[in-house]
Amino acid sequence: MLTVSGLALARGERVLFRDFDLTLTSGEAVALSGANGAGKTSLLRAVAGFIRPEAGRIAFAGVEPSDARARHLHWLGHLDGLKGARRAREELTFQTSWLGADAAGVAAAADVLALEPLLDLEVRKLSAGQRRRLAFARLIAAPRPIWLLDEPFAPLDARWREAMGVLMQAHLDKGGAILAAVHDPLPIPARTVEIGR
Amino acid sequence: MRGLLILWRRELAMAWGGGGGPLLACGFFLCLTVLVPLAAGGDPAGLRPVAGGIAWLALALSSILSLERLFERDHEDGALDLIALGPVPLELAVAAKAKAQWLAVGGPLALTAPLAAITLGLPPAHAPLVAASALIGGLGFALTGAMGAALALGSRRGGLLIAVVVLPLFIPPVVFGAGALERAASGLSPAPALALLAAYVLFAGVIAPFAGAAAIRNAQG
Repeated sequence: MLTVSGLALARGERVLFRDFDLTLTSGEAVALSGANGAGKTSLLRAVAGFIRPEAGRIAFAGVEPSDARARHLHWLGHLDGLKGARRAREELTFQTSWLGADAAGVAAAADVLALEPLLDLEVRKLSAGQRRRLAFARLIAAPRPIWLLDEPFAPLDARWREAMGVLMQAHLDKGGAILAAVHDPLPIPARTVEIGR
Repeated sequence: MRGLLILWRRELAMAWGGGGGPLLACGFFLCLTVLVPLAAGGDPAGLRPVAGGIAWLALALSSILSLERLFERDHEDGALDLIALGPVPLELAVAAKAKAQWLAVGGPLALTAPLAAITLGLPPAHAPLVAASALIGGLGFALTGAMGAALALGSRRGGLLIAVVVLPLFIPPVVFGAGALERAASGLSPAPALALLAAYVLFAGVIAPFAGAAAIRNAQG
């Protein structure tokens, strides 16, 4: 679904890595590991189209990169993209409908992530883990095949890490793929790819 | 189209919900136009020839106030990444944000403008012209302003930078808008000046979405 070949990325003057190859197939999860600053986040941002590579190619099976980014990618980074001053319900509605989810999908996501008691609160009143669950809802509500996750579990407790593992496995079983930057192992079977030395 | 509507609704809700940005701009606008006659001394006749120009200058300054929040908040909390991966090209998203800015801030300012103009000594009969020209010019301010706000993304003290980038680009609409009021005051038709003002808005409408989107991509990289 995703092929990265001969990729070189630089931040400013510093070259992060060269000649990086990666293939992500349907139903597969890849865990990117590496030291702080090795370029895990930069690789994910390059795949999402936010960073222009110095060299190499990022190709999506069967679709143009611009089309893939508009329809086939989910991005969940360090930042949740949630507005503190708005209510959780408003943010959930915007994030999911922006990515093309229908009402049934949103309801199902809210249900499986136990968001209902949070929806009438302002986002700033939520804990970091609750915010992460709220942001995760768009991945469930709007089906897109490739998930790009940057430290997705950092704020979550053990129970929710396990629950997210179940959701990710369900996504893989439906033929999706996951590329995640992690320090701890993913709670699902995953191929680990080391970045940097 | 559906995506644009969703984004546009959110922008309007945020402009109105987040601490009364539009009312703040209107209050600032009125304060400026009340201050000028007081500062210039109590001679309304002396003020009358420059009243149109001062009204437009105050309008331009008030339009800058809430620009800093237009993209900076979304950049800081990651929502801009989400917007970039949505169904709508970034250029159209910039245009949608500018249009929401126009409706949320430019609209209330255009409604306030007749009051401000009368305070400055313009004849009340010109109030509809003042409001209409402020509404047209407000779209130009919003478009050019969105471009400036995108260019200032990620810089510290972005608000000040936006003002410095954007104010020179506000010269044409201020000149044309004040020109329309001046022509009306001397009994001529304001149409030529309004046509120039509209031409500026069209020009900004073509340039600003592309320049703004390019600046956002640069800030995201």
